[in-house]
Amino acid sequence: MTKQPERIFVKGNEAIARGALAAKCKCFFGYPITPQNDIPEFMSTEMVKAGGDFVQAESEVAAANMLLGAAATGIRSMTSSSSPGMSLKQEAISYMAGSEVPAVIVNMNRGGPGLGDIGPAQGDYYQSTRGGGHGDYRHFTFGPGTVQEAYDLTIRAFDIAFEHRTPVLILGDAILGQMKEPITPWEPENIDEEGGKDWAITGRTGGREKRLIKSLFLAEGELAGQNRHLQAKYDSWVDLAECEQFETEDADLIICAYGSIGRIAKSAVRKFRKEGKKVGLFRPITLYPFPSAELKALAEQGKRFLTIEHNLGQMVDDVRLAIRTISDSEFFPIYPGNLPTPDELEEPILKCLEGK
Amino acid sequence: MSRIEVQEDRCKGCLLCTTVCPVNIIVQSERFNVSGYKVAEVPEADMDKCIGCASCAMICPDVAIKVYKTPKKKGDN
Amino acid sequence: MSEMNEKLVFDKPESVIDRATHYCPGCHHGIAHRLVGELLDEMNLAEKTLMTTSIGCSVFLYNYLNVDAVEAPHGRAPAVATGVKRARPDHFVFTYQGDGDLASIGMAEIMHAANRGEKMSVVFVNNTVYGMTGGQMAPTTLIGQKTTTSPAGRCQATQGSPIRMSEIIASLGGVAYAARGSLDCVKNIRAAKKHLRKAFECQINGTGFGFVELLSGCPTNWKMTPIQANERIQTEMIPYFPLGVFKDISEEGGIC
Repeated sequence: MTKQPERIFVKGNEAIARGALAAKCKCFFGYPITPQNDIPEFMSTEMVKAGGDFVQAESEVAAANMLLGAAATGIRSMTSSSSPGMSLKQEAISYMAGSEVPAVIVNMNRGGPGLGDIGPAQGDYYQSTRGGGHGDYRHFTFGPGTVQEAYDLTIRAFDIAFEHRTPVLILGDAILGQMKEPITPWEPENIDEEGGKDWAITGRTGGREKRLIKSLFLAEGELAGQNRHLQAKYDSWVDLAECEQFETEDADLIICAYGSIGRIAKSAVRKFRKEGKKVGLFRPITLYPFPSAELKALAEQGKRFLTIEHNLGQMVDDVRLAIRTISDSEFFPIYPGNLPTPDELEEPILKCLEGK
Repeated sequence: MSRIEVQEDRCKGCLLCTTVCPVNIIVQSERFNVSGYKVAEVPEADMDKCIGCASCAMICPDVAIKVYKTPKKKGDN
Repeated sequence: MSEMNEKLVFDKPESVIDRATHYCPGCHHGIAHRLVGELLDEMNLAEKTLMTTSIGCSVFLYNYLNVDAVEAPHGRAPAVATGVKRARPDHFVFTYQGDGDLASIGMAEIMHAANRGEKMSVVFVNNTVYGMTGGQMAPTTLIGQKTTTSPAGRCQATQGSPIRMSEIIASLGGVAYAARGSLDCVKNIRAAKKHLRKAFECQINGTGFGFVELLSGCPTNWKMTPIQANERIQTEMIPYFPLGVFKDISEEGGIC
């Protein structure tokens, strides 16, 4: 009799926390903000049980800087927040990008600007994919659409972070964070818990050369060199771009949507397919790097595009950039503050199908 | 006897050492170092007055002063 | 003229790297660096030290001390060091911060790291001015002191009063040791080193957070000679920022 894999019924927030523990994350630095509080709450007990450490910081600024410190020592570390808190974390994220410190950061996107609301939104897409702090940098960004995917991508995020010495962002929203779904947790194998052996600050034991984690480069040509190095790293990620394509093969119209909206759009696509309408879904899983090549390939087949986002139009820029030499994309916004339903998406999709 | 050695390329001529010497033998020389600072020195005539207290070294912000002491032999005055 | 049996009784500590510093003549950062370096040597800490540097004139500290280091954003050193220490609790962790960094932009981080009783040490260099950026008013600038952003002298009514950090830090529960020393004269430099040693010991013994403020001169931004600057510490700073130990739990029986 083979043992059935364990199924658990958890919120997206908890799935991310569990994924981090499975990935041998050993330090978590949090600060309360809705709708991500389940993550620090879970970590406050479970991280300590797992032999790691948890700190409730005095602010998101401090939490992100604690992350910088812990991760600089090569320990798998994480923080989480939601939109207003993410603005505060950008300082440390910029330093982590500049000094190439690997860490995982979670943003359960809520409505903005300002204090906004505590409901779902996708208004932080630009901030997440353009380098939300000062200076010219990018970081890897995942946009999970289901609770299982949130678990899986959290594990991936730690590997990517250490492999490429970069902060990695998991961009969810209040829907993903608060929605409960059954998932199958799994334990990755062969995790290197001392991932920074050749760069992390661990003390000059044995008289080795001192190591510095820094982002200040003042000598002539040094900063330009560092920026060139960083850009080459970001360019190298192009092959790591991922997407889900659903019913795209014979589709006339491709809906481009990510995260929770991608999932809602999928329901709409299913409904239209039952009616025989040739609609497909293109759902980026990595938001940076953006899966441009896959999208362009669809454009080359003469398909039309409609981008739907829970914001005023952000990812649509990346869609248009990807297909700019061949085609264009329509855009339909769901305004942050409104909760989208599959029905709401039908009208704009129908209009596009009918070429209006 | 005792003596100090000023690492002249490190001296920035701040002269803090001159203010703490209990026997007042450190002065600013007329020599400029590579950075353009007039360095501190103990004039030849005063060298035997150094008591090796290391006050000058202690206050030197540039760790530019080494202090040497020769232990007194038994019977020396 | 050197005799064969003479002994070198004062030299650069091993943990201080043999290179010229970028500091102005008479700046006390070099003295503070040397004291820290001497203690790292004497207490055999260099190989297990993870230093967090801050922003200001001491930003290049990592070029002068031969230890592993991470550079923190302005004011965030106590938060970064919290992360370092939580991740590597067996290491010796300290921050080195100026008064603009620690007492202004980093006020939240220093207060909470101290209050949590993080097992770390903080070296706080107070020279009453933003040095690196060119002499602007700091939270510790004395009333009447002229700076580039208080050209008529700091006015209490509109610019507030200089903050006495050691006293504030001493009032927090997690703090094991808080003291203020000065680097203006040999006697005070010796006392400052004792304060630093105590603060470092508090971390090593696991008793709690250690904080040492060092009154320091900034001749360039005070527009004084180094000798005048040292006199100013005696005549103006020490009367407002009294020297001494404000908290020492080893004298009180420890933190519960």
